[in-house]
Amino acid sequence: MNDQTETDKTVPGAHAVNLGALTGHMGKLSLTDEKPCINVNSLNLYYGEKQALKDISMVVPEKKATAFIGPSGCGKSTLLRCFNRMNDLIDNVRTSGEVRIGGENIFAKAVNVAELRRKVGMVFQKPNPFPKSIYENVAYGLRIQGINRRQTLDAVVEKALKSAALWDEVKDRLDDNALGLSGGQAQRLVIARAIAIEPEILLLDEPCSALDPISTLKVEELIYELKANYTIVIVTHNMQQAARVSDYTAYMYLGEMIEFNDTGTLFTNPGEKMTEDYITGRYG
Amino acid sequence: MSNVPHHISRQFDNELETIRSDVLAMGGLAEQQFSDALEALIELNVSRAEKVMENEDSLNSLEVSIDEECVTLLARRQPAAGDLRFVIAVIKTITDLERIGDEADKIAKMTISLADKSGRRSHYVGINTMGVFVRDMVRDALNAFARMDSQEALVTARKEPESDEQYGAILRQLITYMIEDPRNISSIIDAMWVARALERIADHARNICENVIYFVEGKDVRHISIEQMEDEVRGG
Repeated sequence: MNDQTETDKTVPGAHAVNLGALTGHMGKLSLTDEKPCINVNSLNLYYGEKQALKDISMVVPEKKATAFIGPSGCGKSTLLRCFNRMNDLIDNVRTSGEVRIGGENIFAKAVNVAELRRKVGMVFQKPNPFPKSIYENVAYGLRIQGINRRQTLDAVVEKALKSAALWDEVKDRLDDNALGLSGGQAQRLVIARAIAIEPEILLLDEPCSALDPISTLKVEELIYELKANYTIVIVTHNMQQAARVSDYTAYMYLGEMIEFNDTGTLFTNPGEKMTEDYITGRYG
Repeated sequence: MSNVPHHISRQFDNELETIRSDVLAMGGLAEQQFSDALEALIELNVSRAEKVMENEDSLNSLEVSIDEECVTLLARRQPAAGDLRFVIAVIKTITDLERIGDEADKIAKMTISLADKSGRRSHYVGINTMGVFVRDMVRDALNAFARMDSQEALVTARKEPESDEQYGAILRQLITYMIEDPRNISSIIDAMWVARALERIADHARNICENVIYFVEGKDVRHISIEQMEDEVRGG
């Protein structure tokens, strides 16, 4: 075989192969090469007496998809909800440490939470379209900001629906009630609503767990497209999904971040035995 | 695989264990085929060589059936981490085992051809010595696989360059015999094929060791020097 390769290298013409292009096609990612988007430093979170996050420090890279995996109750959704302060809405929550987005600690008193949530959009497990038309669902965030010019709204709605890969399916019925959409369409509508206001970061909390396999693949494909423009953080119970869509994966257990690594390494050669046991189904 | 806790799915454990024991059975058969071919060569025993050629098909069908088990497991279980590396190591290892079988088959064919000719047995002393050396390598590689022991795999892989040296020495020796008496050329070419087969088998034994290291350490140690391989394994 080696002899064969030697000759291949020297054969000119139609079959000449650019050897440089062959190597590193699926090149390894490294966190150190990434531009940080969210910096988490010594983050602790308590629900009353119970500590849900234990001294989490990590960097979420910009314009990449980062997945949080781990068994139920490990704190992955809690950590995700810290990034746009959704935990503020729960009584009895205390946090210490900091989460920096764009250099600013989002827990600081001066932070405008509404503005933060505009910048950090969120999509939940169950699609939650408003009982309004498809059009108004997507335009909602802009209307709240006081933007009502029809031309502007039309342009934004079309762009957002196209980005969410939903435009072709709904362009002829934008005035229909959004509640009539299928689960997969509704979830993509909610993503369109989230990206209409041009956030920097998109948090996805189990976005596919209520969807059928085809809709799941469509949303995954969407995530792949969206990370060119947005930083994506996704919480998922589905490990194969994390393996498919994310660039980096964090494994959490009982409020601690056990391992954070590039997805390829984490799923083929994890550094921690606890990670290995979980992803190979030996947990429990 | 025994030092890790069970899967939540016991059925998954069973499937992996079935694959593992099938590979060990195939390894045992490949080792036996090679060993028999070597004995046949040393004794120039035609009936024993024919037996090796008859058994060749069982190795081929084992390769196909283990391959199928692996493909099914990949499709149904989507293994990750150590489980994934195990399946990949198995798929590669059975290819090496099947090729060892092919080389044993070649040795058997050459044995039959040599038995027909009036070569001097003293011509093949070097080959016999190399044969025993390579047979030990194959046995150690299979032991390393059975125990999934990367240290043992490393020790065995380290021996492979020596088989290359032996091969070179045998070629030089056989060329000298040909020059001494051109009437021997035909039988000595057969002997050269045998030496070549032994050299290939040593390569396959090293490949198996590399597969064991990949499974245990998660490191790809192909196409690097023995020294680099040692660093990788020691680096943990």
